[in-house]
Amino acid sequence: MYRYDEFDRDFLADRNRDFRGQVARRLAGDLSEDEFKPLRLMNGLYLQLHAYMLRVAIPYGVLSSRQLRQLGMIARRWDKGFGHWTTRQNIQFNWIKLTDVPDILEALAEVDMHAIQTSGNCIRNVTADPLAGAAADEIEDPRVWAEIIRQWSTNHPEFSFLPRKFKFAITGALEDRAAIAFHDIGIRMVGGPGGTKGFRIYAGGGQGRTPYVAQEVKDFLEPGQLLSYLEAMLRVYNMHGRRDNMYKARIKILVNAIGVDAYRDQVEAEWKRIQSEGIDFPAEEVERIRAHFAAPKLPNMRVDEAAFSKARAKDAGFDRWVRHNVSQHRNPQYAIVSVAFKEPGRPPGDASATEMEQVADAAERYSRGEVRVTYSQNVILPHVARVDLHDLYSDLKSAGLVEGNTDLITDIIACPGLDYCNLANARAIPVAQDITERFSDPKRAEDIGELRLNISGCINACGHHHAGHIGILGVDKKGTEHYQITLGGSPGDDASVGSILGPSFPAEDITDAIENIVETYLAKRQDGEAFLTTYKRIGADPFKEALYGTR
Amino acid sequence: MPNVFTANRLSDGLVVYLGRDGNWLRDLASAGVAEDKDGIAVLEAMAAQSAKDQIIVGAYPMDVEIDAGKPRAKSVRERIRAAHRPTIKPVSEAN
Repeated sequence: MYRYDEFDRDFLADRNRDFRGQVARRLAGDLSEDEFKPLRLMNGLYLQLHAYMLRVAIPYGVLSSRQLRQLGMIARRWDKGFGHWTTRQNIQFNWIKLTDVPDILEALAEVDMHAIQTSGNCIRNVTADPLAGAAADEIEDPRVWAEIIRQWSTNHPEFSFLPRKFKFAITGALEDRAAIAFHDIGIRMVGGPGGTKGFRIYAGGGQGRTPYVAQEVKDFLEPGQLLSYLEAMLRVYNMHGRRDNMYKARIKILVNAIGVDAYRDQVEAEWKRIQSEGIDFPAEEVERIRAHFAAPKLPNMRVDEAAFSKARAKDAGFDRWVRHNVSQHRNPQYAIVSVAFKEPGRPPGDASATEMEQVADAAERYSRGEVRVTYSQNVILPHVARVDLHDLYSDLKSAGLVEGNTDLITDIIACPGLDYCNLANARAIPVAQDITERFSDPKRAEDIGELRLNISGCINACGHHHAGHIGILGVDKKGTEHYQITLGGSPGDDASVGSILGPSFPAEDITDAIENIVETYLAKRQDGEAFLTTYKRIGADPFKEALYGTR
Repeated sequence: MPNVFTANRLSDGLVVYLGRDGNWLRDLASAGVAEDKDGIAVLEAMAAQSAKDQIIVGAYPMDVEIDAGKPRAKSVRERIRAAHRPTIKPVSEAN
């Protein structure tokens, strides 16, 4: 993984010194809240319902075990003993004191971490395929380019005050596991002419109050041209973005207002103009960064397939975990393991300090100290020898982190909702807890099969409800929490925005409504097809009829 | 409609309510209640001064109902704030 050099460390130390001074001046009354607010937001510090919330950047979701352990220490020392994995591969601490923040930022800097650009109208943390550098279907490791984008976009003077926040996602694999179509700019690594590799660029995707799937802007871009092209894309957006109306200020509105062809024409013209300005990193700098992501030398670890099969046959829980939480590594002797923070009944995304330490221990023991955070609020151990899988399972079992439910109905994505968030209209986490408890029988969840259920507590859609096969949106209806259901969304290669099914449900009825939808699907599915396939085949009407009858 | 003033404490962000004596309290039930426009204006002036004195941020009036002589939050949002905790079982307790 990328390691800071002296320049990075000095920059961070300066920045933290600045913020320590700003906090002191705020507390002394030398800065008003109006003056201080943009400064704290630039350092990821929000004021939420109960307290300050600090959002810490986890660049493209990659953590070392040392960093994860430090996050656990921060949770224990300065929060209430837990943190919350966000839907952008970051972590939030919900109970932070302003007076502690300078010390917390110093503790983060000790492990090369910070909270810069986790808020504000700037380029936010770049997200990426959490299986990067390990997946069997990978064309090229996207972390190299995610890091290059991170360096280019950090403190970029022209793009620090954009019309609105700006989010990148990048994947280097055949399967999109980074939801690139729901980002302001989505980047997919593709093969090009003559065995070359490059980028396909999409723009204008996003969720929120006006959801759009991103559209293709550039079919193939050579790697050496990435930054100049992105600079042109951002510049065109920055010039035209609607600063007069925050609801129309995202690039998705621009791209859809003028059309992707017109947007592309302007980008190409700007790109032509600036290409010779030396924005793109020189090849040797790209190689310097690439060296940080060199594939680990994985020792030969042959697995006894007969013993492995026997262990699976003996232990149904282990067998289920292998089926759902273990995926194919590029090295057949290894596997990629999803550590599920989604035991039925627990709050999606929350991780205790002890759990962070336990996962850090497991990463050190079994995954070369590497950890990834997923946007679906779980954690990945990317390089586990298959021969170690049962030992890892046993360790995680004692930590309570072996739910074998990745991408099943109980693997719910949920935003913090009205329990924490100042913007929310309704609670999200308690709804997730109720639904996962209803479907807590692992056999039932497995029988239902792949089903992405996402919950947002307001239209800002941090819980990705638009991209859920089943989406739930919390709304305020005359002072009470109601929930609107969407069906047919998808975050992946078949990206689509879910459609609203009908009138919303009060909180007490939403779990029954979800069960009704699931039972309708089970009654209608053919040949074990997945929920989304059935929905696409039969449409919304059978679900509407089952839920609303003739009303 | 009875009102109280609420805010977040500057130093730690915790939810507080304005008492009759101008102190900021954690307990909603102890907050000073304004029954009319004039009463709200008095609380508002005290809150503005507290903001200037770097005690609180983001003060605003909120509707309350009176139960056994004490103010109680009406909306779900304010009930969650007044409880000083989310309505979920936190993971640190669950494990």
